[in-house]
Amino acid sequence: MSENASSTISKQPFFRDPADERPLAKTLLILVALAFLAFFLLLPLISVFVEAFREGWGAYYEALVEPDAAAAIRLTLLVAAIAVPLNLVFGLCASWAIAKFEFKGKAFLITLIDLPFSISPVISGLVYVLLFGSGSLLGPLLKSWGIEILFAVPGIVLATVFVTFPFVARELIPLMQDQGSGDEEAALSLGASGWQTFRYVTLPNIKWGLLYGVLLCNARAMGEFGAVSVVSGRIRGLTNTMPLHVEILYNEYNMVAAFAVASLLALLALVTLALKTLLELRFGAGNAGGRH
Amino acid sequence: MTHTATASSAKWRLKQPSIIPGFGLTLGFSLAYLSLIILIPVAGLLWRTAELGWSGFFAVFTDRRTLDALYISFGTAFLAALVNVVFGVIVAWVLTRYNFPGRRLIDAMVDLPFALPTAVAGIALASLYAPNGWIGSLFMPFRIAFTPLGIVVALIFIGLPFVVRTVQPIMEEIDKEVEEAAATLGANRFQTISKVILPGLMPAILTGFALAFARGVGEYGSVIFIAGNIPYVSEIAPLLIVIRLEEFNYAGATAIATIMLLLSFVMLLVINLIQAWSRRRYGNV
Repeated sequence: MSENASSTISKQPFFRDPADERPLAKTLLILVALAFLAFFLLLPLISVFVEAFREGWGAYYEALVEPDAAAAIRLTLLVAAIAVPLNLVFGLCASWAIAKFEFKGKAFLITLIDLPFSISPVISGLVYVLLFGSGSLLGPLLKSWGIEILFAVPGIVLATVFVTFPFVARELIPLMQDQGSGDEEAALSLGASGWQTFRYVTLPNIKWGLLYGVLLCNARAMGEFGAVSVVSGRIRGLTNTMPLHVEILYNEYNMVAAFAVASLLALLALVTLALKTLLELRFGAGNAGGRH
Repeated sequence: MTHTATASSAKWRLKQPSIIPGFGLTLGFSLAYLSLIILIPVAGLLWRTAELGWSGFFAVFTDRRTLDALYISFGTAFLAALVNVVFGVIVAWVLTRYNFPGRRLIDAMVDLPFALPTAVAGIALASLYAPNGWIGSLFMPFRIAFTPLGIVVALIFIGLPFVVRTVQPIMEEIDKEVEEAAATLGANRFQTISKVILPGLMPAILTGFALAFARGVGEYGSVIFIAGNIPYVSEIAPLLIVIRLEEFNYAGATAIATIMLLLSFVMLLVINLIQAWSRRRYGNV
């Protein structure tokens, strides 16, 4: 069809849409945008995989099954498995309270939920060092009970929960505010209990937005570096997450191993992006954009 | 909402009446969780700073190394945000206006910095822009990695989606008729873009700039690999916090953290002011 259109146009005198750029300007702008994205986004991504496979599949596989790397992978999965559900429950509670009710101080509460986005990850880790470190009130007390927070798994989980705190809530609050509470009021007036209303009315309405928030939350939880590096102590095989393991290997000039572990994280990012794009195309979830 | 508030203002109440259950439970849990995870730890940081007193705080703040680190963090973040505004607007324009093969894929790729762990971005950029890397070797003998310029490169990577994703939705809403009107009134294409389209995008561009800048100031993971981390030259403030912690100099770490925290609150305030101003002026964004 487009061929027909262009052939009829070519017989008429030349006409250019005055509210459009000249083809040359268009091509130039596209080329500038593509070159910029290639230099800053595409090449870094490709280089991760090229460096990882520099010495072939054998070395790549070796770097991933080596005990310290395997321990780092397990710890990363464990931390995400704790942190993501915690923030999921919080996100559901906070968005229910904020979207379904009118109360005083709501705007302030939303600002507070966003707070971790505007705090440097290093500071997110530092606050827990100050809270549980040797110079604090809590640290020595917990230690005397045999509970280790810093330089142990609980500290890593806490720091991860801190930095991934807003992700689910931020997706759900605008979504549930848009949907209003008419459906819930109808269900309640028909005799459904509060839980039934949530389970059979609200949850189906928000499931794609919820999945979207969980995806982003999980990607950040598995990839967090700054906050975790401050509280972890980087004990190999014990408190090393995957990003921290990448750093150690890189600083030891063990490039193939560093990029091999990094390539797993890059793969996670690509899967996250693919699912995110799919959700946006299919269900229009998460068009809020920005601020992650 | 305001008139119902005045109607019930005779008797103060926390929440408007509603038949939906679960307010106490969900708000209570949210507040408790928020306090435990965010508020108490951050308050602890401020408390520790208060313990330092003015003289202690000032001693850290006026230390040459602290000042240089803050200057480098804010300076490089500012430069990177500027670059991102220029190229981010071009990328957003190309993605909303033009159709070319692979546009969908490139649109999805813009979010890569949100999804890619910062440490991975850091080592990839460091090896690319190093003197013997794919891109770094093109610019030799001019060095990019392991200089402050390397920090700017990492922060451009981190900040790009903030600009594109704030500007893009506003660009999509621009009415083509406005441009056609400008063209019929005799404006050439350049005049239409610079005098008609860009002013309407300004609030979004400023917000994107502020978001990219705020994120860049606090960024750690992607920067430390490419920066070279030379004190007074390419040492960023978050790294100095980590160094002070490793020296068990908690007072130093705390003071720098508080300065950064205060500055980022100012940034947050500025972002909100821009948005309030643009809502008043344009009624959207």
